[in-house]
Amino acid sequence: MDLNLNAEEQQFRDELRTWLDANVPKDWAEWREKPLDETFPYLRTWQRKLHEGRWAAVSWPKEYGGRSATLMQQAIFWEEMARAQAPQMANALGLGLIGPTIIAYGTEAQKKRFIPKILSAEEIWCQGFSEPNAGSDLAGLQTEARLDGDHYVVNGQKVWTSFGTFGNWCELVVRTDANVPRHKGLTVLLVDMKSPGVDVRPLRQMTGESEFSELFFRDVRVPVENVLGRVNDGWNVAVSTLMYERGSYGARLHLLFKRSIDRLVELSRTIQRNGRPAACDPLIRQKLAQCYGEIEIMRLNQLRAFSRITATGVPGPEGSILKIFWSELNQRLQQIAQELLGPYGQLLAGDRRAVDKGIWSYGYLRTRGNTIEAGTSEVQRNIIGHFVLGLPRSY
Amino acid sequence: MEFGLNESQLLLRDNARKFFAGECPMEEVRRLMETETAYDQALWAKMVEQGYTGIIFPEEYGGVGLGKVELILLMEEAGRALLPGPLFSTVALAGSVLDATATPEQKKRYLAPICSGHARSTVAMLEAGASWHPADVQMSSASGKLTGEKLFVPDAKVADFLIVVARDGVFVVDAKAAGIEVQPMEAMDLTRKLYSVRFSGTPAERLGDAVGLARALDVATAALVAEIVGAMQRTLDLTVEYAKMRKQFGKPIGMFQAVQHQCADMYLETESARSAAYYAAWALEENAPDAAVAISIAKMYASDAGRTVGNRGIQIHGGMGFTWENDLHLYYRRAKASETALGDSTFHRERIARLVIDSTATSVQSA
Ligand SMILES: Cc1cc2nc3c(=O)[nH]c(=O)nc-3n(C[C@H](O)[C@H](O)[C@H](O)COP(=O)(O)OP(=O)(O)OC[C@H]3O[C@@H](n4cnc5c(N)ncnc54)[C@H](O)[C@@H]3O)c2cc1C
Repeated sequence: MDLNLNAEEQQFRDELRTWLDANVPKDWAEWREKPLDETFPYLRTWQRKLHEGRWAAVSWPKEYGGRSATLMQQAIFWEEMARAQAPQMANALGLGLIGPTIIAYGTEAQKKRFIPKILSAEEIWCQGFSEPNAGSDLAGLQTEARLDGDHYVVNGQKVWTSFGTFGNWCELVVRTDANVPRHKGLTVLLVDMKSPGVDVRPLRQMTGESEFSELFFRDVRVPVENVLGRVNDGWNVAVSTLMYERGSYGARLHLLFKRSIDRLVELSRTIQRNGRPAACDPLIRQKLAQCYGEIEIMRLNQLRAFSRITATGVPGPEGSILKIFWSELNQRLQQIAQELLGPYGQLLAGDRRAVDKGIWSYGYLRTRGNTIEAGTSEVQRNIIGHFVLGLPRSY
Repeated sequence: MEFGLNESQLLLRDNARKFFAGECPMEEVRRLMETETAYDQALWAKMVEQGYTGIIFPEEYGGVGLGKVELILLMEEAGRALLPGPLFSTVALAGSVLDATATPEQKKRYLAPICSGHARSTVAMLEAGASWHPADVQMSSASGKLTGEKLFVPDAKVADFLIVVARDGVFVVDAKAAGIEVQPMEAMDLTRKLYSVRFSGTPAERLGDAVGLARALDVATAALVAEIVGAMQRTLDLTVEYAKMRKQFGKPIGMFQAVQHQCADMYLETESARSAAYYAAWALEENAPDAAVAISIAKMYASDAGRTVGNRGIQIHGGMGFTWENDLHLYYRRAKASETALGDSTFHRERIARLVIDSTATSVQSA
C-alpha cells in the first residue's frame, strides 16, 4: 500500500497540471449554472481542446488517441480536473462508457471509424438500452432487428435516453433472435441517429429540462458492419458498458461533489443561524463534517476498487457499492444544502434571489434520478447480494 | 500509487488470521470473558512470540519496527477474532503514547518491556466529564504526585504501569505504587474490561508534555477503527452464512430482498469503513497533511457503521440473534464500547469541522 505518486505518476500529474493551468477556460464560472443545451457547444469546444492535448481519454490505448494511462493515473486525472475547476466534457457517455466498449469489442475498422470522433466531440453518443417495458429487467427488451441482406432493419422504442437530442450515434441493444433464452438473443448495434426512421422526442424530466428523450425506430436500416461484438452476444457487450458505468463514474463525480461541499462550507460562513454564522451552529457543523467525510470515503472506495481492478484485470460486481455510495451520498449532500439554505433552497435559476443561480434547487431535484439511472439502488443491492455475497437470486 | 496490500502485508494479515483462529477461537473468547480480567498469560506469551506487542516500535527497544498499516492489519484480525485482553491497551494505546512522549531512557524502561512481553499497560485519560479532549482533563500533578480519579480505563487491572494524562503532562505510574486503587466498572463489553483508577498522592514519573499525545491517540484510533472493521467483517460473514442456511417459507431467508439488501448494506458499510481505516493508517505513517482529518473521518464512519452492521446482523438472525448463546451480541457489545472509545462520531465530526470549516483553506486534501 503506497498512495504516494510514483515517478511516472508524478510526471503525468505535473504535465497535466501545467496543461490545465494554461488551458482551463477562465470564464467557466459564468457558464457553469446554465442549462445543458446552452452550455453544450461550450463543453464541446473544451473537449476538443483537451483532445488536442491528448487529455480527453487518458485511459485509452495510445494508438486510439489516449495515453494508455493506468487506473491510478485516471484517478489522478479526475483529481486534477477538480483542482483546476475544469468543466466536464461534452461527450460523457462516448468517453466514459461507449468508447471503451468499442475499444474492447470493436473491429479495427469500427475503432478507426468511431474513436477519433468520440474524442474530438465531433460525434456525441447516447446509450439506447432502456425501453418502456425493459428497465431494470434489461434482458426483456423488445426492440427488434431483422437481417435483410447486408443490413439490419430495426423497429421498436427506447426511453430515458440521455443526450438523445444531442446524440449523433447510439449504442443500441436490440433483439436479433426471439427463439432463444432472453439473454442469448441480443445484439449491440452502432446506429447513426440521422438514419431515416429514427425519431427523437425530448422527454421533460422532473427538473423541468430535457436531458433525456424517447427514441422511436421505424424500419431503420443499419449496415451489418455496425454490429458491435458478435451477433447474439449483445448481453455481454452491454454488461461491459454497464460495468464501466458503475466502476469508474464515481471518479469523475468526485470532482462535482468536492466542489459542492467546498461551496457549502463557504456558504455556511455567511448564512446566519440563530444570530451567528451557520458555520458556528453545532448541528450544521455536524452535518457538513459528515458529508465531507463521506465524500472522502467515496474517493477512497474508488481508489481501492481501481487497485483491485489493476490486480484482477476487470471491473467486477463490487463496482455496485461505488454506484450506491455516490448516488445516495449525492442525495444526502443536496438535503444538507437545503437545510443550510432554508427557504432560499427552493428558488429556481430564474429568481433573482436564488443562491448560486439556482444550482441547489436543481441539484435537489436532479439527484432523485441518481438512484434510478445506471441501475437502481435496488438492482445494485441485488447484484451485491447475489454476485458478491453469494446469496440466492431474489427474483 | 497503490491502494492494495503488498506481499509482506498480506502475509502478516494471513498469519494473524490463522494465529487468532487457532489460539483464540470463540470458545476461548467466552472462557476469558467470564474471568475477572479477560487476560490470559499463555495467550499473551504466544502473541509476544509473534512480535505483536512490539509491532510498530523501534528495533532498539526490542520492537519489530513495522508501520501503521501493518498495525491496523493486525488489529483488524484481532477485531475479527474478538480478541480479549490488553493487546489494544498495551500496544496501540500505552505503547503509542510512550513512543510519542517518553525520553529514550524512559523508553528503555517502559517501552522495551512491552515489546519483550514483560509488561502490560494502558492509558488513563477520561475523568467524570468523559471528554476525549485533552484540554478537558482536570487532574494535574503536585510535586510529582497525582490525586484524583480516572474512569473508563481499559485493562487497568492487568497493567504493570499506567500512562496517565494530566493537565501538566503525561505521566507513568507503577501499578503497585502507594495510593492507587483500581475498581472494575461493569460495562457491556465483556472482553475488554474497564476500570476506575483512584490516585491519592500517588508518585508519578513525568514522561513529557502533552504535545505528542494527539498523534499517539491518532495511532490508537486507527488501530481501534481497524478492530471495528474486523468485527464488522465477522458479523457480515456470520450473517451471510446464516442467511444462506436458514430456511423459512421453503426458501433461504437470504432470498428475501428485505434480508438480502441489508446484507448488501453491511458489505457496503464494511468496505467503506475499511477504505477509510487503511487510508488513515497510511496517512499517519506518511505524516500526510490530512492525517488528522483522515483519522477522524475513519472513526466517525466506523463508530456508526460498526453499530449499524451489528443491528442488521442481529435482526437477520431473528430470535437466534437475541440469544446469549449466539456470538453476535459479543461483537455488538464490543462495537458499543469501541463506538465511544477515543471519541464517538459526534466528537470526530466536530474535530473534522474544526479542521475543515474553521481552517482558512477549504480543502485539506493532500495532492
Ligand atoms: C436521469 C436518468 C437518465 C437515464 N439515462 C439513460 C440512458 O442514457 N440510456 C438508457 O438506456 N437508460 C437510461 N435511463 C434509464 C434507467 O437505466 C432506468 O430508469 C433504470 O434502469 C430503471 O428502469 P425503469 O425506469 O424501467 O424502472 P423499473 O425497472 O420499472 O423499476 C421501478 C422500481 O422497481 C424496482 N425494481 C425493479 N426490479 C427490481 C428487482 N428485481 N428487485 C428489486 N427492485 C426492483 C426498481 O429498483 C425501482 O425502484 C436513465 C434514467 C434516468 C432517471
